[in-house]
Amino acid sequence: MAIDYAGKIPNNVNLANDRTLQRALEHWQPRFLQWWHEMGPSDFEKADVYLRTATSVDAQGWAQYGAVRMPDYRWGIFLADAVSDRRIHFGDRIGQAVWQQVPGEHRSTLRRLIVTQGDTEPASVEQQRLLGHSCPSLYDLRNLFQINVEEGRHLWAMVYLLHAYFGRDGREEAEELLARHSGDADKPRILTTFNEPISDWLSLYCFTYFTDRDGKYQLKSLAESAFDPLSRTCRFMLTEEAHHMFVGETGIGRVVKRTLEVMKELATDDAARIRAHGAVDLPLLQKYLNFWCSSSLDLFGSEISSNAAANFAAGLKGRPDESTYDDHVLRDRMLDLQTPQGIEQVPALNALNEVMRESYLKDCEIGLKRWNRAIERAGHALRLALPSPHFRRSIGSWVNQPVTPEGKLVTQDEYAGRIGEWIPTESDRAFVRSLMRKVVEPGKMATWVAPPERGVNNLPVEYEYVKLGSE
Amino acid sequence: MSGINYSEKIPNNVDLASNRTLQRALEHWQPNYLKWWADMGPDKSTSFDVYLRTAVSVDPKGWAHYDYVRMPDYRWGIFLAPAEAGRQVNFGAHKGDTAWQEVPGEYRSTLRRIIVTQGDTEPASVEQQRHLGLTCPSLYDLRNIFQVNVEEGRHLWAMVYLLHAHFGKDGREEGEALLARRSGDADNPRILTAFNEKTPDWLSFFMFTFITDRDGKFQLAALAESGFDPLSRTCRFMLTEEAHHLFVGESGVARIIERTCELMAQHRTDDVAKLRGLGVIDLPTLQRYLNFHFSVTSDLYGSEVSSNAASFYTNGLKGRFQETTIGDDHRLESAQYPVMEVIGERIVTRNVGAVTALNERLRDDWTHDLENAIERWNRIPEKHGIGFRFKLPHKGFHRRIGVFAEHHVSPDGKVLAEAEWTHRHQQWLPSAEDRAFVQSLMGRVTEPGKFANWIAPPRQGINKQPVNFEYVRFG
Amino acid sequence: MQTAELIRQHLIDPEICIRCNTCEETCPIDAITHDSRNYVVKPEICNNCNDCVAPCPTGAIDSWRSIAKPYSTAEQFAWDSLPAAAEDAGNEDRPGDIPEEVARFAAAASQAQGGTAPPPWSAAHPYVGLYSLARPAIATCAGNFRLTAADAGSDIRHIVLDFGTTAFPVLEGQSLAVIVALAGGQHVRMYSIASPRNGERPGYNNVSLTVKRVTEDRDGKPVRGIASNFLCDLKKGDQLSVAGPFGSTFLMPNHPGANLIMICTGTGSAPMRAMTERRRRRLALKEGGELMLFFGARTPGELPYFGPLMKLPVDLIDVQLAFSRVSGKAKEYVQDRMRACGGKAARLLADENTYVYLCGHKQMEQGVEAAFAEICGVDWNAMKERMRSAGRYHVETY
Repeated sequence: MAIDYAGKIPNNVNLANDRTLQRALEHWQPRFLQWWHEMGPSDFEKADVYLRTATSVDAQGWAQYGAVRMPDYRWGIFLADAVSDRRIHFGDRIGQAVWQQVPGEHRSTLRRLIVTQGDTEPASVEQQRLLGHSCPSLYDLRNLFQINVEEGRHLWAMVYLLHAYFGRDGREEAEELLARHSGDADKPRILTTFNEPISDWLSLYCFTYFTDRDGKYQLKSLAESAFDPLSRTCRFMLTEEAHHMFVGETGIGRVVKRTLEVMKELATDDAARIRAHGAVDLPLLQKYLNFWCSSSLDLFGSEISSNAAANFAAGLKGRPDESTYDDHVLRDRMLDLQTPQGIEQVPALNALNEVMRESYLKDCEIGLKRWNRAIERAGHALRLALPSPHFRRSIGSWVNQPVTPEGKLVTQDEYAGRIGEWIPTESDRAFVRSLMRKVVEPGKMATWVAPPERGVNNLPVEYEYVKLGSE
Repeated sequence: MSGINYSEKIPNNVDLASNRTLQRALEHWQPNYLKWWADMGPDKSTSFDVYLRTAVSVDPKGWAHYDYVRMPDYRWGIFLAPAEAGRQVNFGAHKGDTAWQEVPGEYRSTLRRIIVTQGDTEPASVEQQRHLGLTCPSLYDLRNIFQVNVEEGRHLWAMVYLLHAHFGKDGREEGEALLARRSGDADNPRILTAFNEKTPDWLSFFMFTFITDRDGKFQLAALAESGFDPLSRTCRFMLTEEAHHLFVGESGVARIIERTCELMAQHRTDDVAKLRGLGVIDLPTLQRYLNFHFSVTSDLYGSEVSSNAASFYTNGLKGRFQETTIGDDHRLESAQYPVMEVIGERIVTRNVGAVTALNERLRDDWTHDLENAIERWNRIPEKHGIGFRFKLPHKGFHRRIGVFAEHHVSPDGKVLAEAEWTHRHQQWLPSAEDRAFVQSLMGRVTEPGKFANWIAPPRQGINKQPVNFEYVRFG
Repeated sequence: MQTAELIRQHLIDPEICIRCNTCEETCPIDAITHDSRNYVVKPEICNNCNDCVAPCPTGAIDSWRSIAKPYSTAEQFAWDSLPAAAEDAGNEDRPGDIPEEVARFAAAASQAQGGTAPPPWSAAHPYVGLYSLARPAIATCAGNFRLTAADAGSDIRHIVLDFGTTAFPVLEGQSLAVIVALAGGQHVRMYSIASPRNGERPGYNNVSLTVKRVTEDRDGKPVRGIASNFLCDLKKGDQLSVAGPFGSTFLMPNHPGANLIMICTGTGSAPMRAMTERRRRRLALKEGGELMLFFGARTPGELPYFGPLMKLPVDLIDVQLAFSRVSGKAKEYVQDRMRACGGKAARLLADENTYVYLCGHKQMEQGVEAAFAEICGVDWNAMKERMRSAGRYHVETY
């Protein structure tokens, strides 16, 4: 279905036919814009950014490129096309027709799932709002803004669901989504990870690689939902989310590439010399991977979770790629779970978070293989690796266990003494911050990152992706 | 007496060798100090050869000896200004008594607290600045920050000496505690709030040395008047070192102004976005930083009316700035001093007993000193034909301590309602965007004679060396 | 000449000064004052003791103007910036002025003295700055001989410059500046004069220099010294531009009974050779006064003037050589030699007629001072301070 761009709010949900809903959303729209103005990348409001905007949700239409000022971006409501006669395909109600309305008994659970997902979208825009000042290139600046406007659109997607299906409660929750702020002492965002500022671009690459990939897994499991509007919303969001992970994966890849160039040029693997040359030494990159991977793993929740079991059984939230599994009901099935006390047998239904975490980690491996190939080709023995899922966990059965990134249990003292070898120290972070200088000459890159293999939408790398307003 | 004995473990001009107990206690503290320096001193700097000034004696000829030094090898030691024969307590109830060479029992805990509070700021600022070397705008500036750091370290030594020499076991414990507290640490922070904030960029560093180290100067000057002679002599020598820190700050900001004005004149613009695009810091942003650092540092002087300050004075512990040059009775039993207060929406001035208003008076002296310096900054835009002038905000602006703490006051001295303040304070204080922009300019420049784009070179080098001298050699 | 009447006035640059009050606090004779605008030096009181210069954190204090009538304090209070330096001599500096580079070099070289030292009371009055960088004297190379053994690692040369009919009066311990013209300007280096006041060859208008060819920097990285290579490559008859003479404190005492302790390494021997040669030429007068020389090098082959030194009569000079790289022998530095001769050195130090001269690499300072501290038997810092202020302790290290 084509998107209606004539209305105030672009949409493919026939908003014009539901005046009440339309009015409610039109009432919310200026608040959203005010939030964007206050909490978004507001120093760049006058810049013309080469952005992709969806004009329809099918393959041809959803990626239209053109120069846009961010406040003029057409945020709207886009659902993937409905699948006719879609059936619930997991849980206790397998085989029944999917719901077009919220069943009363699942109302509060679904609302909570949607609010939690929705809260992360504006949070990440807030976390990243100052990064434009230190962009390593115009190409990267454009990518950042693309991510930001799309996170904004994901917020719209969740707010649409809240307005359309949850009445007054939903409208109040939508207000709250704009009222909470990342890192705010009084009104923080819901999830801890989304309250940490992202102060440098290496962290942004790691965030988009690891944390946005968690987002992908959450969206995938919600795309399986029996609540069809949620499913359709999340399916379209996934197409956008892919770009975010692309930024992360190629970003880290370009850092690796640049570091290898510097190592070759200086014929050294001495971290101090590499740093003095303005590049990120590989052990430092490994620390960033350890940090962001471990904190993103916490987002999946406890290994054993009755909430996850209930959500699955009720058909609210499935497993990513549910259709690739054999058993979609999971009653009477047990699973081996590794805990600090040893292997424990638990009902598979209760271990769904862990199942999701494992498939997430497999997905994370893909980028590492690619980066390691580059390192291997350059003739270096070092390999980047994901930390053990038991490392530095602050939720679940491994909470606060002194486990090394290799997965070895050590004493608390050893752990405390060595943590600086595993995650970035204050001085590592200060070094990375010192690399962060704004580079805005078209085609030029900062010292610590290689240019991308190709530009956006087949344009050359040196294209002026962002025209900064005043210059 | 003025020669410093450098052959000993701890260089000193206090004849440490003749007091074995004290010497042993300080020699015991020394490795803990060096450990602190290794942990919390300038990050990854141990192998640098830095062109530093070291005091080889406390007289004018000897106290500025320049050479390359690795900072951990800097000869931190104990130097007191020469004793003045026949020095007296110059103010307060004990005026005219012979100055005390030992701590009077009744003032012991007060003096200890004064010394600990002063001493705590010295290592704190080193901790606050420890990562700035990574983003130095030039070798010249890198050398200057290191000079400031080693001298703050020496000031810690000065205070620890007093604690060890005059306060027995309590003093030694305080000496350890000075190394245990950490700036910004949630569990064991530094004593004063301002010293737990980060110094995130070089503009903040220059503002800090310009404004907050100047508070240090006025506190030291007030303590240099103390009736407790060892404290007085210690502070007198510290003041000579402190002057360099003020210079770094004042000339640092002046060089930023110079560079911005240069580009403003060249491009005939005062458009903030355009100037930022040219990679320099616009003057209104500098004014906001000035507002911030001025208001936060104002709080360090304490409440306008203070019975503590009065008793410090009456008891001869802490005097006024340049006490002995003031032509009054030095007892202040009947003198008055004006302080401000807020009545309704008006700020009014009333007279209070001068002896209770000594915090305010020191703050006023400091403010006056700053005004003079800002006048000198203002000659730069004037010279370039630019109309902008810097101005200190009203003393009630953005205060957390004293009579203004409960009010919102604009920089031009108007009492504002909560809503208006919330709406407008972003124009007056650096926003997150301002800070991010400044941060984005901070890149390391270490080629001799080269300077970051946002700052002009200094008028002259250190110790008559040329500006392109290799002030720091990387090991 | 009109220029002779100019006064060198001490001023404070108001554009650089931050009003920290350190100078006013430091000045021993209250020659500095301030108003709400500027800190200024009172011309009628200031005696140029320079006590205020080192403590100034900004360098604003180190400002000078040559002027016929000094600026009054009232005039200075009104300044926003220093008046431009007098332009009457065009861009040329005047005779008697010390070029900036020379002043800086001299200040750095004598730093280890712990302050400025007056010349010995009996020193002859030196001529200073007769020839400037802008108006140099022209000298002709009259000889260029290698001093170090052919197989020695360093190439140190004895170079004789003749001034023909141009007056270039020098005293032992003075130096001159060699000017090498370069594409982008000129390169200037200072060299101590190695010959006594009446000429390298008595009665001739010539001087000698001791020059080491610089082929690497202090860290051993290859670097070609511009001036030293220029000098070492001079051939007889080549002409060159020279400024000077410079130096008004590192001078030898004239009075006959004075003892000299001379400590040097490498080309730091140049002024020692000049002083020794002066005494040698007057040996027959039996004026008295002892000479003691501590001279360090890596090997005898690398010690300039090794041969001539060995031939000096023992009643003229006590020569103590220290070698740090002679195979089969323990390393020995000048400070070790000093300790070995501690008794004699202590006796000489205690004598008010003894003058100490230290010249060579900066690295030697610490060891030598430590040795003095051990030998002298009293508080060395205090003693050094006393000797320095009496013009009896002179350092030129680089």
